[in-house]
Amino acid sequence: MQIIVAGAAGQGSKKAGLLIGKLFNHYGYKIFIHEDYESVIKGGHNFSQISVSKEEGSAISERVDYLLALNKEAIEKHIPKLKKGGVLLYDDQIEGLEESIFPKGVDKESAPLKSFVEKAEGIDLMKNTALVAAFAKMAGLEWEEVKKVLERELPVKTEKNLEVAGLAFEGMEKRGEVEKLSEEPSYLLSGNQAVALGALQAGLENYYAYPMTPSTGVLRFLSGIDGVRTFQPESEIAVINSALGSAYAGKRTMIGTSGGGFALMTEGISFSAQAEIPLLITLSQRMGPATGVPTYTAQADLSFALSSGHGDMVRLIAAPGDTKEAYLLSGKCMNMAWKYQLPAILLLDKELAENTYSTKRDFHIEKEEAVIGEESEDYLRYEGEDISPVCFPGGEATVKVSGYEHDKKGIATENAEEIKEMHEKRLRKYEKLKNEVESLSEAVKVHKEGETTVVFWGSSKGAVLEATKEMDVGVLQILFMQPLPEERIKEALKGKEKIICVETNATGQLANLLSCAGVKVSEKVLKYDGRPFTVEELKRRLEVSK
Amino acid sequence: MTNITLPTKNTWCPGCGNFGIQGALAGAVSEMDKRKVVLVSGIGCHGKMADYLNINSFYSLHGRAIAAGAGVKLGNEELDVICSVGDGDAYSEGIAHLLHGARRNSNITVIVHDNHVFSLTVKQRTATSPKGFAGSTTPKGSVEDPINPLELMLNAGASFVARSYSGNPKHLTRLIKEGVSHQGFSFIEVLQPCIAWYNTYESYNERVYEMENEFLSMEEALKKAKEWDYNNDQAQIPLGIFYKEERETLEKQIGGSSFVDVGSILEKTK
Repeated sequence: MQIIVAGAAGQGSKKAGLLIGKLFNHYGYKIFIHEDYESVIKGGHNFSQISVSKEEGSAISERVDYLLALNKEAIEKHIPKLKKGGVLLYDDQIEGLEESIFPKGVDKESAPLKSFVEKAEGIDLMKNTALVAAFAKMAGLEWEEVKKVLERELPVKTEKNLEVAGLAFEGMEKRGEVEKLSEEPSYLLSGNQAVALGALQAGLENYYAYPMTPSTGVLRFLSGIDGVRTFQPESEIAVINSALGSAYAGKRTMIGTSGGGFALMTEGISFSAQAEIPLLITLSQRMGPATGVPTYTAQADLSFALSSGHGDMVRLIAAPGDTKEAYLLSGKCMNMAWKYQLPAILLLDKELAENTYSTKRDFHIEKEEAVIGEESEDYLRYEGEDISPVCFPGGEATVKVSGYEHDKKGIATENAEEIKEMHEKRLRKYEKLKNEVESLSEAVKVHKEGETTVVFWGSSKGAVLEATKEMDVGVLQILFMQPLPEERIKEALKGKEKIICVETNATGQLANLLSCAGVKVSEKVLKYDGRPFTVEELKRRLEVSK
Repeated sequence: MTNITLPTKNTWCPGCGNFGIQGALAGAVSEMDKRKVVLVSGIGCHGKMADYLNINSFYSLHGRAIAAGAGVKLGNEELDVICSVGDGDAYSEGIAHLLHGARRNSNITVIVHDNHVFSLTVKQRTATSPKGFAGSTTPKGSVEDPINPLELMLNAGASFVARSYSGNPKHLTRLIKEGVSHQGFSFIEVLQPCIAWYNTYESYNERVYEMENEFLSMEEALKKAKEWDYNNDQAQIPLGIFYKEERETLEKQIGGSSFVDVGSILEKTK
């Protein structure tokens, strides 16, 4: 079932969408909520599209079963998406609707949301609660169950909200049936939350960020958790340099941003590689270039991340496709950043960062200790063949780190031999990392075998898996971008007739990366309008390409 | 002092003001628990301090030492963080970190090696070069007025504001010790002649004087800070601790890190 809840910013359509998601989650269904909003505080147009299914998935369809509208624009914009036999539920205060906009076979049902709210002497915003309850009744949910969920999810003015919901539920006619499944409710996580939780399980202690959509959710989430030290400094430049300071002092630190902020951080990323200070950076991509389209999605910062930071530097880059992978890779990358003492970049995009997914935690992540050095007066920070055992300041060891090329002690050097040797030390470390990535089961996923193979990365996962379900094609997902698990990719694509790359960017950045590794991509299916692929659109385009 | 100075080859020009600051810093640190001290330096001649002293050090990027130092303190509050920065670091490239560090009262000590010139890149004007300064990129003289760092820091909310002179290491040693023991953002501006490009020894020796009364009120401190505007080459230059106030530090106010029960957070997302 696909449901759209839409209204102006400030009318609470997002909250209504989440409540509907929680209701079906409570009934044992798997949920995916796609958020679409403009860069405004009040007014504008926002909508949430909720997909409810017995199986996990993270894709939206072009056609929906329910449209729940809080204003006129919501109806006008989304009415063409309503399936035949679909239901439009809308606020009866909405005036001036042209009859001609309604497709044939659409079922219109107005609800007196305002009068429900007024009867309960609630505030105008509670119209969204009324809408949720009215929908719940129509869809066929039971009041007792609805009440349980609303009570828990509306901690502010709970009584009043319940009164409004009760009146709305009472006032509508039941139309459908919803079977309550025996499945336990799932964890409902956004990518931002999943990244935070994964990092926490791998020992995250400090999180620093400067607000930037769509990454701000990580800071919002972590700043509400006791036990995490969060800090919002004056700029992304301060963010990364402070994080480097904290990591040097021994604290597992993560930072988060989007493209523009990431651009400001790049000198610090280079420092992290040079001084061998571990750092986990979440880069939630949005549509660029420059300020671009701040609240819309793109996978267009891959090439930038791959070469972020000046100099011949080493880094780790991973790109999860859903919240479960975000959770797992966040933890893994935190551990690997500390093991190999380098910057690790987690590539998300607006879709994964802010959408809500039913998330299974059927894997194990825990903090893996870094290679710790022995505390002594003659400690040398950069000793060894590849990974140098690390000590933190405060004890017997004098710990000297530097952004200059340095000797084993950490003292700046201009000596030709020493410069060469330090470069090679870091490169040997990177070779080790590459070997580990090649051996990770999560690095590459063959979802399906087929002569024509669709290759994708990141949040297109849901749409790709759904669109190719009944298509005679193979499906390959790449989760580690640097070091690129080339052997594994070549093995998976060996002898394939046709390779099609699916990406939400304008130039085919994964296709370019693959061509550097000697893999020739035959077709690119690209989308660069800020929106994710819908299942139907991707199906159509793959049918043409394959 | 021997165990604090490393045998690294020193490449400062003979007679460089940095030697005076190094002596003062080494003297101050020798009276502290050396293991707990972290020196965070910026980029410029002053930054080499990190390579010359046998103490924990973080040789940061140009302009970023104060941000990095704030991070070190947020990472481990037991550490005494001393940021050695140049006027290029603090007043140009990284002035935002200086202002916000003072405002939020990061518990770190910032020593600015202010020689009024970019020296390592061979004589360009900085934010404290006097108007008319003839550098390699301003051959006809700089047309910009300098900032007055003390006035700036008093207005920004630094809870410890002082000025010293590299030619008076004894005075500077006392100020560094006072600055480090102060709980809050300690700002120490150090006048440092650049023997190669802007030799101010004679002028400073004639004009600097130690204030008899320190720890002034904000109003008096501002007045005192204005005695010399960094432009006038005749005015007397007061040295000492202009201002100090006890204020809750950033680190004491923002939450610390401790065990987090991920399972219970997850349960709430159902």
